[in-house]
Amino acid sequence: MSSDGLALMAHLMRRAGFGATRDELERYVEKGYDATVEDLLHPGAPGDFAEDVQKRRSVGFDEGGAAGANWMVRMIHSNNPLEEKMTLFLHGLFPVRYMSQGRALINQTDTFRRHALGSFHDLLAALSRDPAMLLFLNNNDNHMDAVNENYGRELIELFSMGIGNYTEQDVKECARAFTGWTLGNADYMAVRAGKNSFDPYGSISWHFQYLPEDHDDTEKTFLGETGRFNGEDIIEIIARQPDAARFICTRLFQYFAADEVDEDGERVIDEMVAAYFASGHEISSLLRTLFQSDYFKSPLARYARVKGPVELVVGAVRMAGSYPTPEMGVGGINGAVGLMGQGLFSPPSVEGWHEGREWIETGSLVERVNFISKEFRDVSKSGVRRIIQRLAEHNGGRLTPEELVDWCVDLVGPVAVSDETRSALIDHVATRGVVDLRGHEQGDESESRVGEVLGLIAAAPEYQME
Amino acid sequence: MASTQALAGPSKDRKLVVVQQSGGNDYLNTIVPYENGLYYDFRSHTHLDPESVIKIDDEVGFGPTMAPIKRLWDEGKVAIINGVGYPNPDRSHFRSMDIWHTAEPVELKREGWLGRAIREMDPKAENVLTGINFGRGLPRAMGCDGVPVASVGDLATYGLFPDLQDESMRKYALETFARMYGAAKGREAVMGFLGQTATDALKGADAVRVAPEIYSSSVEYASNGVAKSLRDAAQVMFANLGTRISYVQHGSYDNHAGLLATHPALWTELGGAVSDFMDDLQEHDEADDTVIFIFSEFGRRVRDNGNGADHGSGGVAFLIGNSVNGGMYGEYPSLEEKDHLDGDLHFNNDFRQTYTSILEGWLGLDADPIVNGRFEPFDLFKS
Repeated sequence: MSSDGLALMAHLMRRAGFGATRDELERYVEKGYDATVEDLLHPGAPGDFAEDVQKRRSVGFDEGGAAGANWMVRMIHSNNPLEEKMTLFLHGLFPVRYMSQGRALINQTDTFRRHALGSFHDLLAALSRDPAMLLFLNNNDNHMDAVNENYGRELIELFSMGIGNYTEQDVKECARAFTGWTLGNADYMAVRAGKNSFDPYGSISWHFQYLPEDHDDTEKTFLGETGRFNGEDIIEIIARQPDAARFICTRLFQYFAADEVDEDGERVIDEMVAAYFASGHEISSLLRTLFQSDYFKSPLARYARVKGPVELVVGAVRMAGSYPTPEMGVGGINGAVGLMGQGLFSPPSVEGWHEGREWIETGSLVERVNFISKEFRDVSKSGVRRIIQRLAEHNGGRLTPEELVDWCVDLVGPVAVSDETRSALIDHVATRGVVDLRGHEQGDESESRVGEVLGLIAAAPEYQME
Repeated sequence: MASTQALAGPSKDRKLVVVQQSGGNDYLNTIVPYENGLYYDFRSHTHLDPESVIKIDDEVGFGPTMAPIKRLWDEGKVAIINGVGYPNPDRSHFRSMDIWHTAEPVELKREGWLGRAIREMDPKAENVLTGINFGRGLPRAMGCDGVPVASVGDLATYGLFPDLQDESMRKYALETFARMYGAAKGREAVMGFLGQTATDALKGADAVRVAPEIYSSSVEYASNGVAKSLRDAAQVMFANLGTRISYVQHGSYDNHAGLLATHPALWTELGGAVSDFMDDLQEHDEADDTVIFIFSEFGRRVRDNGNGADHGSGGVAFLIGNSVNGGMYGEYPSLEEKDHLDGDLHFNNDFRQTYTSILEGWLGLDADPIVNGRFEPFDLFKS
């Protein structure tokens, strides 16, 4: 049975990644908690597949789903779970929708990866130059003589400060500071990029351009400071604000620790805010503070989040070992998370997704359960085969209903199931007696019964949480 | 407060089907002011050929692919609500749709107007199928705390564990599932909510399963998405499961480009689907008890942007059914530039007037708490 160390490691990997198989967990436990946290914070090479191999497989970047499919492959195969998890967090915090330019979206996720564990102000600066964001919030229409406030407003309202922490005048001044931040040669690029990006080797895409002649260089007063501010100055000012520190720390806390912030949670956020200023706004310091906090390691943070659809699905696919190669069919996975309410590059609004219990309604719950239970029931998949192999090593492969349920719950998690869930599962197995895996062969009755139990564990209410 | 029961009379079995045109349906090319020179001036690239417009009167006509709607219009079954909107129009899809869904243009609200209506019709949440969304992903209009609403993506495979071929195995898995979530129902916050939601989903799925089996119809729907959703809605309606409100989405009407190609094609799909659905209702003796409400989050900009048109405000909505008092409601907004609202057609009636008409005049509910205030209804139904 699992030790506390294993359960804690499973908790860390569910939050800082997309869960882990038992073999992976055992390697992490051997390495130790602190060293694992540092590994997560210092990502190496991204994955098993070279970027060009992946891109060759995901042709058609101009099709709405292709960018999402490409990213799904990366999440499923990445060796840098925290980097991918942070990228997903940033997509929710700085959401964009698919707008006829798949490559711009893929490039944006690369930008997020580069800055995900770096400084918050560098991240905001990169975001302000990101072509997908410039287009999504119309900063390409933000001119010296015709200000478009869309990006300027959301930058402070939704991306960095939070409503109530600035005035309407700040919004106007912020928007003026970002005049002239636009797309290079936009009309020509729209045509070129549209044609070229059907070619998987093509690399033509939107790019950022600063037009000094279209920039309003006059004096501005922003958050109490006055000067001839440009966009970079605005970001420097924002990054110095305690409100900005609390904003990003709270969002990280809710994403990585608990949907709801209680009093104990507020104290952790206080520590993260201190780390924000001590480290020069380094996101990795905030995450280290969080993962090393007593709160995070305590029962308070266990099963305190509803798994988002992408976390749920990528976690199940990684566990089951589906899609061993980046095949085309992976696009279906992005369709599936869309039906659960979280299609990549398809956020409901510029606010991103409403998380927590808002993930759950009758339709989305049915989609979730059907998708992941099917993954876990398929005994031909490598991850499921590995679970069966480990089960067969116990008691010479003869497992009572209790043993089967307890070991399965342990091997796919460990998941802390309630007594009621456990006894429902045990009774389910018991009607057909002991499961005998001696001499088991792929797909025989004993294996199917294991698959059945695994599928029901994936369907259980506890598995919807993390 | 109006005595709504007196207004509506017995209304137990009346049904509402809502069709959401997502993305912003272009008003000007739907109800076309084909005799107005300004239409051709503002829409220099995206005006319709006046010869192709299906004339309603000397001023306006339906778009060229709306013949099935024109047929229903000629039968007196179509109410056209002109110039519909709300004060301080928001040109964001998300926000504007949110406003239509929550019937609240100022504050951000969570509860949907149809969710509230369902709560009034079934206060104890006894029937999880009182409201059904035909599509995946629940629209906010249907969302409301404590109101179970089924979201049916595909009626043929709706339910849990559809991949389990062996019926007894599936039945057994469902029992275990029901037990796990039944126990969760009694637990704290989110777990309890998961338990309740799963229990509702199971109940709904069980009941809905019979609908395709007993459905038979001579109507052949087209194979597009909105036709399929309306056909699913018809099947459930004819199975007498107590469904009062059905929700269907169609789009995308967000024709910033390619307006002349895309917009008529969308109306080919929608007009055909609505007309087939009406025939199906007729065949199954439901036509007198059902109305279809069609709306979009906004109309599009008066002046085109080249071959498309950007987000606008004042728009058009439709109410269709045997019991509808067919005709024109609201006013067709002026195309004169001085009358525009920031370049858009100026709305002249609040969408909550139409909601109030439907809630009071058709469903027999007290509209004010649902639409957040008192709005003067239109007389949209035959007495």
